[in-house]
Amino acid sequence: MNWMPFDEALPVMFMALMGLSMLIYVISDGYDLGVGMLMHRATPDEKDVMVASIGPFWDANETWLVLGIGILLVAFPKAHGMVLTELYLPVALMLIGLILRGVAFDFRVKAHAARKPMWDRAFFAGSALAALAQGWMLGRYVSGFGSGWNYPVFAAAIAVTLPMAYVLLGACWLIMKTEGDLQRRALQWAKIAWAPMVAGLVLISMATPWISATVRARWFVLPEIIALSAIPMMTGVALLAVRALLNTRQVLGPVCWLPFVLLIAVFVLSFLGLAYSIYPYVVIDRLTIWQAASSAAALKFIGVGVCISVPAIAGYTVFSYRVFRGKTGELRYA
Amino acid sequence: MDAIVLARMQFAANITFHILFPAISIALGWLLLFFRWRYLRSGATDVKQAWLNAYRFYTKVFALTFALGVVSGVTMSFQFGTNWPGFMERVGDVAGPLLAYEVLTAFFLEAGFLGVMLFGHGRVSERVHLWATFFVAIGTTISAFWILALNSWMQTPTGHSVADGRFVVESWLRVIWNPSFPYRFTHMLLASTLTCAFLISGLSAWQLLKRSAPGAAPRVLRVGLTLAAVLIPLQIFVGDQHGLNTLEHQPQKIAAMEGLWETTRGAPLVLFAIPDGQARENHLELALPKLASLILRHDLDAEVQGLNDFRDRHPPVFAVFWAFRVMVGMGVLMLATSWLAWWLYRRSGWTPERLPRALLWWLAAMTFSGWVATVAGWWVTEIGRQPFIVYGLVRTADVASQVTAPMIGLTLTLYVVMYAALMLAYVAVLKYMAEKPEDVLAKEGAEHAATPPAAIPTATVQGNRQ
Repeated sequence: MNWMPFDEALPVMFMALMGLSMLIYVISDGYDLGVGMLMHRATPDEKDVMVASIGPFWDANETWLVLGIGILLVAFPKAHGMVLTELYLPVALMLIGLILRGVAFDFRVKAHAARKPMWDRAFFAGSALAALAQGWMLGRYVSGFGSGWNYPVFAAAIAVTLPMAYVLLGACWLIMKTEGDLQRRALQWAKIAWAPMVAGLVLISMATPWISATVRARWFVLPEIIALSAIPMMTGVALLAVRALLNTRQVLGPVCWLPFVLLIAVFVLSFLGLAYSIYPYVVIDRLTIWQAASSAAALKFIGVGVCISVPAIAGYTVFSYRVFRGKTGELRYA
Repeated sequence: MDAIVLARMQFAANITFHILFPAISIALGWLLLFFRWRYLRSGATDVKQAWLNAYRFYTKVFALTFALGVVSGVTMSFQFGTNWPGFMERVGDVAGPLLAYEVLTAFFLEAGFLGVMLFGHGRVSERVHLWATFFVAIGTTISAFWILALNSWMQTPTGHSVADGRFVVESWLRVIWNPSFPYRFTHMLLASTLTCAFLISGLSAWQLLKRSAPGAAPRVLRVGLTLAAVLIPLQIFVGDQHGLNTLEHQPQKIAAMEGLWETTRGAPLVLFAIPDGQARENHLELALPKLASLILRHDLDAEVQGLNDFRDRHPPVFAVFWAFRVMVGMGVLMLATSWLAWWLYRRSGWTPERLPRALLWWLAAMTFSGWVATVAGWWVTEIGRQPFIVYGLVRTADVASQVTAPMIGLTLTLYVVMYAALMLAYVAVLKYMAEKPEDVLAKEGAEHAATPPAAIPTATVQGNRQ
């Protein structure tokens, strides 16, 4: 077997790490944002429980975005400039959404009680704005920032689908982390969100090869297509299993964690499919990993820090989820 | 307006908003550690409770400040690419690793210890909690270290070489320990401490006026005033040294700060003027003869270079000139305030009831004076670097994005409106928290009750619920 020289493999490793950060971000902040988008459907007491269920995690979740975008910035500076220039407006809107959501977390409990509904609305609006903007950005990115009538339509479809996926993820998070009335309502929310999310996913899977010749060429060739078909098939099975589970009684009890875990599998599979479509590009058809990468010397210098920090971050994340495992308690006003 | 001017305004709006919060959290971390330590060391129960209350109250302030710092910091990591795509393309090999280390450090701190500090109260031992507080404090300081190393390198670049328009690092030690870094780092750490000193003095004064937090406020006020009174003279000395360093490496920045157009022997110290960049002269100038030469060169007749020696290579004069005067003016006001207040407080035997109410009102009014001085100082140094993004080597215009002016204008408006609203909300919430500290701490109890149990074994918890 012919191994790549280390200096050439280095950008690929950074790309993998960036992809992993982004995947972890989308899943972990995905359920946060999903819970945020469900806020307006809940009673004031339920809102407190919902926020408490994500309280210890959201901060760390968002830092995966910083790590991902940070790697793009420092390891692939050319791509960072190109992508962010193309996505100028949606990035600004997403940031405004994330800022609103992030500060609402703190303000809603620290501000005067009369102001709480206002911050709850900011929480909802911020979550929705960030999710929509992320969907749009994903759509634009996957289609290589093409121009023509079909590209914006495609991006708009993803802009609607991704928030739906987040809502479903958020609802399943609540099924796992809460109990009683809120858990039953979360179950209803999950059922409502399932159909549009799946419809969107199917449409996008069909539209992606149509919109990008590069993607088409990578998927629809023998014999790869036989091995690759495992990805959509497993995704389909996982989604159907989620829907079937939502109709069972056990989902409120012993297997409350299963829909959430299955959805994570869906996200991971979609990510693998996407990664396969795009590799070896950073910006599809325009910039490859090696064209965009910083010098090997700079990557090695960053690599040292990454090797120390990332395992520590991963370790802490696992620890934190263990510490705060179990159901979120009811609010007890002292 | 010009796209590049708008892009600069947008970036300036964002970093200005961002720096407000690190300016507080860098030093507040250490103050929390101090409060925590006083709590552990105190003997009498009421004293112990007072320090604990101070600690818990300012932990809330810290959490809020940190959250605002994080969200505005996230924005910044994107704006490098949206506003200055050419910057990372050209100096990515220098700036990238420094930023990466900042993110990783901040990351590590945030992931590792902030959670324990905020949520772990009463769940981990006193010792572990004290250590967590220490790591949060050291983490914010290390964060500042990397960012200021990069910023200073952009002002006084050393340790690199240039090949095909791209910067390559020759020596990391010389990149990090570039000539202006030690001065800027010290200046900023002191600025943060002073910002905090006035913040806690102001909030305590407000609490004394509103008769809330009776145990903690007098003690915290003493800490704040003492810190300010001791450190402002030191800050003036460091600032002067920083200025001399700037004179050596960036003479046109000094010329803009002084409003000096022509190279002059025995340059005057301009107290007031309206510098006119078009006519290249000062209107309504009021100056003390020869004093600038004395301050800058320690010699009444020494030569100071003027802006006309640096045509097309000097910053916009009006902004730098006035930002510098605002910073120095605020510094002098802070010095006078802290010395007077400290002296009066000491004379009253540290009993706040015997302080004149006007003084408490004045201290409350000065709560955010550190913000004004810090921001003005940053404006001097950042606008003073223009028209370069890396001083003398890369022009800002050469790395700007192709995004159109209306688009930048639109997002600039959105950002500014939101930042203004958030600043207002931040100040309003601090005021509310200062007036009702017990409410906020009670809510903290509720928050804890709602968070899933930490170190408690799951079995026990489930047992409790059934």
